[in-house]
Amino acid sequence: MKLAQGAGLLLAGLARLITGAQGHWHGAPPKAEQRIYFANHQSHFDWVLIWAALPSDLRSVTRPIAARDYWTATPLKHWITREIFNAVYVSRGRATGESALVGDDDDNPLEPLLRALRHGDSLVIFPEGTRGQRGEPAPFKSGLYHLAEAFPEVPLIPAWIDNVQRVMPKGEVVPVPILCSVTFGAPLLLQPAEDKRVFLERARAAVVALGSLR
Amino acid sequence: MGALRVLSVTQQVGLLFVVLFGLLAAVSLFAFTRTLRDLDEAGRDAQERLRRDLRAVWIGALLFWVAWAAGGVLSTLLFGAVSFLALREFVTLTHTRRADHRSLLLAFFVVLPLQYVLVGSRAFDLFTVFVPVYTFLTIPVVSAFGNDPQRFLERTAKIQWGIMVCVYGMSHAPALLLLDLPGDTGRGAFLVLYLVLVVVVAQIAQALASRRLRRRPVARAISRSFSWRAWFVGAASAAVVGAALYWSTPFKPVAALLMGFVAGGSGTLGEFVMTALKRDAGVRSWGSKASLTGAVGLLDRVAPLCFAAPVFFHAVRWYFGR
Repeated sequence: MKLAQGAGLLLAGLARLITGAQGHWHGAPPKAEQRIYFANHQSHFDWVLIWAALPSDLRSVTRPIAARDYWTATPLKHWITREIFNAVYVSRGRATGESALVGDDDDNPLEPLLRALRHGDSLVIFPEGTRGQRGEPAPFKSGLYHLAEAFPEVPLIPAWIDNVQRVMPKGEVVPVPILCSVTFGAPLLLQPAEDKRVFLERARAAVVALGSLR
Repeated sequence: MGALRVLSVTQQVGLLFVVLFGLLAAVSLFAFTRTLRDLDEAGRDAQERLRRDLRAVWIGALLFWVAWAAGGVLSTLLFGAVSFLALREFVTLTHTRRADHRSLLLAFFVVLPLQYVLVGSRAFDLFTVFVPVYTFLTIPVVSAFGNDPQRFLERTAKIQWGIMVCVYGMSHAPALLLLDLPGDTGRGAFLVLYLVLVVVVAQIAQALASRRLRRRPVARAISRSFSWRAWFVGAASAAVVGAALYWSTPFKPVAALLMGFVAGGSGTLGEFVMTALKRDAGVRSWGSKASLTGAVGLLDRVAPLCFAAPVFFHAVRWYFGR
C-alpha cells in the first residue's frame, strides 16, 4: 500500500472517529459516475467530512478545489492535497476572499475545473464561496452555473453537511467529537435556457431542503 | 451445585459464557425460523426490532467475552471506547454553544482518559470521587472562561450530566471487573456478566409486564408504558434470576436476591430517565431512522448499564465492608 493510500485511510479513520462521518443518500445512490457535488460551507472540516462519507471507490475520482497559493505553500500541504485528496488547484488571482468562483465574467478561474471535468473526474464545490457563520447558506455564487452550462449532462448533487460547525468553530484548533452527517440529495440538472439567478436559487433551495429533512 | 463449585473460577465463568452463547444461538435460530413465515406489517416490525436487539446482544456478549478473556487492560480500554462513543452521541444531541468548546475538549480528552486510567490502576477511592468532586468543580470554571453567559447553567449542567452518565457510570463496569474481593480473585468478570444479565432481564420483564398489565402510566408525558407495578415485576424478575445465579457470585442467596433487585431496578429507572431526556431533545430513540446524525443508538443500549453499574459496584463494596 502506498504511503498516500495509507495516510488517506488513516485520515478517513480519524474523521470517522471524531465525527462519525455518516453519509445519507436520498434520491441518488452512490454511483461511480461523473457528478458535481455542491454543499453548504461552514468549517475547514467540510471537505474531509464529505470525503470520509463517500464510499472508498468514489473517493479516488472525487476531487476538491484547493486555492493554489495557500495549499502549495509548504511541501506537506502540497503533498496532502495532491496525493491524498487529488485536489484541483485554482489560482485566486484577482478575486478576493476564499473562492475563485466569484464573478460571472471570465472563465479563467474555472479553467482547471473544466479541465478536470473534461477528464471525467467528479468535483466537490462550495458555492457560497466562503465559510458561513449562520445556519442558512448564503446566496450562491455563479461558478456552479458556469460549470453546469459547460457540462449540462453531468448531474449536480446537492449535499447538506450537518453539525460540523460545532466540531471545530472558528478560532479553535482541536476538534470536539460530535456526530456529523452528510446528506446527499436528488440530482439537479440545468434546464435549457434557465436564468442564472433562478438556477442558483433552485440549487440553494435544494441544499436547504436537505437540511430540514428529518 | 456442588459439582459447579469444584470448578475453578475461570472455568465457572467460561461455562457461563458457553451457556450464554448457547442461549443466544438458540434464540437466533428461533428468530431465523420465524423469518421463514409470512407475516403482516406489525409482525415484520416486531421481527425487525427483535433482529436489531438480538444483534446488539450478540455484540455485547462478544465484547464481554473479549473483555474477560483479554484481562484488565484491554477490557478497560474497551469500556473506555464505549464511553467515548456514548459521550459523543450524548453531546451531539444536546445543544452546546461555542463557549463550551474547551469544556467539551476537557471532557473527552482529559476526564475520560483519566477516569479510565484510575480504573485500570485500581485506585478505587480516587476513581469514585474524581468525577463528582474534581470534574464537577472544574468544568463550570472552564465554561465560565468561555465568556458566554447565555444559558450558562443549562449548558454546564448538560456537559456534567453527560460526563456523569457516559463516563462515570460506564467506568464502574470495568471497575467491577478489576475489583479484588476477599477470597475470590477473578470473579470480577462474573460480576459484570451478572450485572448485565440482571439489567437485561429487568428490562425485558418490565416491557412484557407493561404490555400485559396495562396499568395507567405514572408519568404519561414521559413514558406511555412506565407503571410502578411493571417496574416492580421487572426488578423482581431480575432478583429471581440474580438469586438463581448466586452460586457463581460471592453472595449468599438472599444477598444475591437483593443485589439483583437493586441492580435491575436501577437499570430500568435509568431507562426511564433516558426516555425523559429523549422527549426533551425531541427524538424518539437515539438511533431512530429519522436521526440524521447517524447516531447508532449506542446510548440507548448502554444507558441502563451506566445507571445500574455504580449502584451495584458500591453495593458490592459495602457488602464486603471495603
